[in-house]
Order: sequence, then C-alpha cells, then structure tokens
Amino acid sequence: MATALTLNVNGRTHKLSVDDPGTPLLWVLRDNLGLMGTRYGCGVALCGACVVHVNGEPVRSCNMQVSEVAGRKITTIEGLSRGGTHPLQKAWVAEEVPQCGYCQSGQIMSAAALLAKNKSPSDAEIEKAMEGHICTCGTYNRIRKAIHTAAAMLRKGA
Amino acid sequence: MRATINRDRRTFLKAGTAAGGGLAIGFYLPGAARVAEAAAGEAKLNAFVRIGTDGKVTVVCGQSEMGQGCHNALSMLIAEELEVELKNVHIEQGGIDPAFGNPRYIGFKAVGGFQATGGSSSVRNLGPVARRAGAAARFMLVSAGAERMQVLRSECVAENGFVIHKPSGRKVSYGSVANDAAKMVAPDEPALKPRSEFKILGKSTPRHDLPLKVTGKPIYGLDVKRPGMLTATIAKCPVFGGKVRSFNAERALKVPGVRKVVQVSSGVAVVADSFWAAKKGRDALEVTWDEGPMAKVSSPDLYKSWAELAKRPTAAERLKTGDVGAALASGLLRLERVYEVPFLAHACMEPMNASAHFKGDSVEIWAPTQAQSWNQHWVSQLTGLPPKAITVHTTYLGGGFGRRLESDYVLDAVETSRAAGNVPVKVVWTREDDLQHDFYRPASYNLVQAATGQDGMPTAWRHRIVGTSILQYFKTFAHFLRKDGLDPTSVQGAADYFPYDIPNVHVDYVNNNPGVPSGFWRSVGNSQNGFVLESFVDELAHATGKDPYQYRRQLLSKPHAARLRGVLDLAAERAGWGKPLSAGVHRGIAAHFAYGGYCAQVAEVSVAHDGTLKVHRVVAAIDSGWVVNPDMLKYQVEGAIYYGLSAALYGEITIRNGRVEQSNFDNYKMLRMDGMPKVEVHILEGQGEQGGGGEPGVPPTAPAVCNAIYAATGKRIRKLPIKPEMLRT
Repeated sequence: MATALTLNVNGRTHKLSVDDPGTPLLWVLRDNLGLMGTRYGCGVALCGACVVHVNGEPVRSCNMQVSEVAGRKITTIEGLSRGGTHPLQKAWVAEEVPQCGYCQSGQIMSAAALLAKNKSPSDAEIEKAMEGHICTCGTYNRIRKAIHTAAAMLRKGA
Repeated sequence: MRATINRDRRTFLKAGTAAGGGLAIGFYLPGAARVAEAAAGEAKLNAFVRIGTDGKVTVVCGQSEMGQGCHNALSMLIAEELEVELKNVHIEQGGIDPAFGNPRYIGFKAVGGFQATGGSSSVRNLGPVARRAGAAARFMLVSAGAERMQVLRSECVAENGFVIHKPSGRKVSYGSVANDAAKMVAPDEPALKPRSEFKILGKSTPRHDLPLKVTGKPIYGLDVKRPGMLTATIAKCPVFGGKVRSFNAERALKVPGVRKVVQVSSGVAVVADSFWAAKKGRDALEVTWDEGPMAKVSSPDLYKSWAELAKRPTAAERLKTGDVGAALASGLLRLERVYEVPFLAHACMEPMNASAHFKGDSVEIWAPTQAQSWNQHWVSQLTGLPPKAITVHTTYLGGGFGRRLESDYVLDAVETSRAAGNVPVKVVWTREDDLQHDFYRPASYNLVQAATGQDGMPTAWRHRIVGTSILQYFKTFAHFLRKDGLDPTSVQGAADYFPYDIPNVHVDYVNNNPGVPSGFWRSVGNSQNGFVLESFVDELAHATGKDPYQYRRQLLSKPHAARLRGVLDLAAERAGWGKPLSAGVHRGIAAHFAYGGYCAQVAEVSVAHDGTLKVHRVVAAIDSGWVVNPDMLKYQVEGAIYYGLSAALYGEITIRNGRVEQSNFDNYKMLRMDGMPKVEVHILEGQGEQGGGGEPGVPPTAPAVCNAIYAATGKRIRKLPIKPEMLRT
C-alpha cells in the first residue's frame, strides 16, 4: 500500500516510501528525512514557519502534498548554504534577528526567494513577500533590516 | 570537598572536582536532605560553572532559553567574575538539579523544587548566584595558582584565564591549576567585582545561539529524536473539563502507521510511526465525550454574571487606604467606568509538545519547558515514582510566554508512553490543540470609580476586579490562593504596587470562573490591570482638562513612584510629547511597573474614517536597574511591545458552549510585519534594584495605543481587543 517516491532535497536524491502520498512535504522532511529545520507552526499555511523552496519558489510545506513535489528541486534551510554563509543568514546574525528563533527558518527561506528575484526590494516589497509569516517574538523590524542588509551584500557580490 | 552554608541567601556554595577533571562550582539549597543529597552527589558535581584541566570554561544554565537571552546573561555574569573572555565560554543547558533552584521560587515556597524560568527572574534572581559562582571559582583558582608558583596570594591577580604573579610577571593557566583548586574550600562570601571594573557586564553582546537559529539546527522540543520513538496526537474533549465516555479505535487503527490507541487523563492518544499517521488516526478516531457542566457556558454569560458580581457590596479586599466611599460621595467630579478584557492564548510559535520514556521505575523527559522542577513534581504525583527517578532534559523553547510553566503537555507524554507500553513517545499538539487547550490569560470585568477635587486631581479610586483566577488552576502555587478567593495574580498591577498619589483607594476582587483554564501570560495580572489603570487615569486627565502626561507626572509624586516618573519623563521627552506630529497622527502615553521593571510608552497612531487603525511608532523607556546586556533588554522590550500590541489589536479567545471558538491563526490573529510599528527603546539605567526584562514592556502598550486612539478620535476603548467598528467616524 505504501507509495514509492523520489525526492530531490538539497541536491540529494532520496528514494523513500510513504504510507500516504497525501502526507504534507513538511512531515516527510521532518519524520522521514530527519530535516528538522523546517518547522511546524500551524499546519494550514497561515504562519510561514514551514516555508521551503520548490524549484526556487517559496512554498508552504505544511499543505503541499509530497506526491506533488516528487522529482522537483526542493531546498530547505539546511540546504540554503554551506555553514550558514548565505547573505541572509549572515545578515540575520549581524542584525541579531532571532529571539526564540522558531519561525526564522521559514522567514529566511521566503526572504531568500525574494532576493533571488529582486536585489533591491523596497520596504513594501519586503512586507508583501513576508506577509505570510508570524513571529510571536515580534522581530519584524529586524527582519526587514536584515533583508536590506543582505540585499546590499548581494549587490556588492557577496 | 566541603560545603559552606550561607543562610541569608538560602543557598550554599559547593566546589568539587568536575566530571572529567577540573574545578566545578555549584550551589545547593539548605536543609538536611539537600545537604545529604549534595554530599552523595560529590563525584558528579556538575553545576553552574566548570573549569576543565584544559582550561575550557563551561557555564551550565539550568534556566530555560525561550528567546529572552538568559543563557547569555548568566554566562556574562560568570565570565565577568571569573576573569575569562566570553568568547572562550562554552554554554550548556543544564539538566534538572537542585543546584539550579531559582531564588525567586525558593522565596515562594512552591511545591516540588525551584528550577523554573518565569517572572522575569533569570538575571535579577539567579544573576547574584551566578556571580558568586564565578567569583568563588576565581578566588580558588588564584589561591591554587599562588600555591603552584609558591608566591603570596595577595600578589596574584586573575586575568583572561590566567593567574598572574604581579611582581614577577609569572603566570599559570586556570586549566593547569583547576584540579588543585577543586581540592580547596569554597569561600563563603567571595568578593564580587565592583561595577567600575566590569569588562563584560553592561556591554551589548550578541546571543551565542544566533548561528544555530539561522541554519535550522534541531534544537527545539519538536526536534527530539530517540531510538524507537513513536509520535502521538491526543484527542481531547473540546469542552473544558469534559471526559471520555467511550471510544472506538477500529478505524484509527486501520490507518497505516498507527500502532496503538490508548486512553490517557486528557483524552485518547493515537500512537503512530509518524506525526501524519498519528493525526490521520486521530481524525479517524470516534470518541463519545461526557462534556460536563461547561457545555452550557458561553462568553457572553460570563461577562453578564461578572457585571452582577461587580455590584456585590463586598469582595476579597487587597488594598484599602482612607475612606473611598466618603471621598467618592464628596468628590467634585465623579467618573464610573467598566473595562473588559478577554481571555488570551499564548500562541507560542512552537506548539505544545513533549517527549517521554516511562521505563517502569524511572521516567526520562525531553521538553521545551519553563518548569523543570514542577514537571518533575507532577510527574512524580502521576506515577508514584520518587522525584529523583524523573529526569527532565530541557530543549530550546519555540516561545514560552508563561505557557510552558504548566505541566499538562509533559504529563500527556509521560502518560502516553506508559499506556503505550513503556515506549518513548513524542506527543505533538496541533495548532488547534494549542489554542483550544491553553491556560488562558484571565478575562476580567472591571468596575472603576474615581472622584476628583478642586484641582482636578483624584481624591478617590475604587477598582473592583471580577474574573478568572490563575492559581485556581496552577496547583504549584495553590497555597497563595486566599480562602476568600483573592488571587494575588488577579490584582497584580492594580493593588500591589499602586503608583499614584491618591488618598483614598480601594481595590478588591471577585474570583469567578465556571471552568476556563487560566494561566500565566507574559506580565500576568499586569497585562490586564495595566490597561485598566492607565486608561482610566487618562480618562480622568481628559475629564479635568489636563494634559495626560503632566497629570500622571503630578500623580507620581510619592518617593515610591520616582522610578516610574523617571521613565515617564524619558519616554515623553524622546517621543517629543507636546510637539507637532504629521497630520492625523496622535499620541497616547502610559506607564506601568511589572516584575521589577518600570516602563513607559508613547504610542503614535492614526485612525481612518472606516476605523482602520495604524500604529506608527512606539517609544519606550525602561528602568530595570543596572543592565547586564543592554541590547538584549531592548530586544525584550521590542518583543513585549509586539506581544502587547498584537493582543490589543486582535487577541480574543471566546467560549461557546464550553468550547473555544478560535482554532488557528486565521481566527486567532497575530500582528504581521506590515502592522509592526517603529519601536524605539530607551534605557534609563538607575541605581535602583535590578528588575526584570521580559515582562515590563507588555502592560503599557495597550493603554498607550488606546489613549492615542482617544486623542485621535475622542473614542474611548474600554473593551479589548480594539475592533475597527469601534473606531469608525
């Protein structure tokens, strides 16, 4: 009854079988592949804690069925860079964004998708890209600042 | 190893050999049993700070890290006294150990021990303990170093991990003398460094866990993995207090991956190979509930009955000065108002969860918890096992806000592990579970009355609070609940510290709750009472034609209110109180004391004709005494303002037929980036007693915003949350 799937996550190919092809990608990442950096926050695409990239687009993995992403290129926070060297990760550290930190993987992944397309986002563009995220520690102003900082690094070719 | 008892501080310091060699410094509570336990634990002394024979310094924090930065602060305190560089200090989460007793709760006589993180206490209450540990280690290392070099101790100093003999310049490293130091007697009262010599304390220092938190490291409770661990979800009765009547697990067990379905105290647990199987199994489970008496209770009924109770002639009295009745009768201007605040959920980003392995004669727990000792106590009560058979491993917390002071989610995991046949189990709550089975910030109905004299200043102040009680639910502190129903947390911020100079004051409380679980929520009673006080004072200022800032200032004339006046002045000054603003933007001000911290805020808002509210900027001033890590305090105040504002704008849990009507972030909204105002935090570092950092910033936000709304529209918000329909003009 189990379904065989091939997932491409962070550049690696995983062959696995799931009981339910409707399992959200989030739980396959966490429970089958042990990639815990993608967080569960709401389960219904309201908070953004679970954002990953699928073919470069930001996607809420909590309501994306795993069968829909088989064969597509999935990137999680663990695969964003080697050793936290993405400009956004550096900027997040420089601006001291995280408090509890739980939502930040998803925030960074959405921001990374934004900067991949727009290296000089305005405040309004940042707010639009980040509107699906909740941070109950209230770090939004630092997130906005860190995105500008990272964008500046990217423009300088960092 | 010897122990030195220090009765006045209720802890005694103990030094010994660290596991793996070197010096370890710990603290233990007084009392014969504890001393015996401590002596027995001689070989594994492992608390607070260790200096390895390789010179490695490890600070072990028993406190829980939920984003507030306490691990950093405690490490800074120890590193300063120990004379080592912070970058060379390794920070470790401690286990459960009497050595980590939080003096705040030692004073409270809570049941079951004292290791817990709450009440904005880590720095102000454990800080002195941490400094003593660092200073004692330094003293002993210097002694051992002097002995090694065969020089006078008085000629030696500690510097950057070395003991230096000043006259000759010779030096030995901490690591090389750590074993010798471990054989020495710990000083009873090690000399602490004066502030003028601080190198680390008082300087902004980034938290050490930033790299972990930007790379998705598995550090939270939900990330716990143990060999053979299963995952469970629990079907809980949607009605508070309801019980399982019967259940049919047939369909649930047919879901692939579901292993077992077992009954536990809080409901029926579906135990599976993965979260998704557990959730699908729960969806397929059929449970018949005995809903109990709460099934007849809805929010409007509560407020209606509270309005009646507010008229009762007497209630549980908390504060009484002068003769309020007479002063009200003779006042020139009399004002009577009703303020209502709703139940609030905590909505930690990481939903409740815990992992446990019940092994028959012992239990191992992994949890994002604020309350190791109380978890241990209640698990001991549940299982009948002695506390020492119960181990609690603390993970990072994806938010705490007081929710994780409870033990319910930990008991869920322990019971499920036991019922499933002593296997390790992680119990995961969905967001819906998290919002619908919380211990809510108490709702309350407040009747406030005041009278003013010739000069417009109040002569009488009467505040009757009717609402739910935290301590009715929080059994760890049940002994604080007075026989007449007075719950000190319910009048917190309304009576215990009454800042205003009013000759006749009467504050009392009616404890009434048919059964909505109530709990600690960031700043606790201050979160609702601060709103009531600071809104009503604002009403008095406007009613008497006074400037709200100057009115408060005049009322804060007593010495005990000096620090509150200090932050009020600073916030007003930095916000440019009285100076012109852009068209349509208006200011409101509020000040409140909570958990040792004095905080004032000025909010700038505009309100559109359709009622759309925009909060443009909040300027805050805080006085929490001397500050260990200024940036971290600022971040806490920023977060507190966010938390207070989000609640003021959206936060409302309503009950219908005993069930919570909200279920997820679509109907329990939290503020997002586009609604976040600019926030400025100014620190007023006084000489006064050190206060808390995490909570004092919450209470002033809602009233500052509502007072600004009044300035903008003439509409007074007396019922939270603020809704656009209240603001249409």
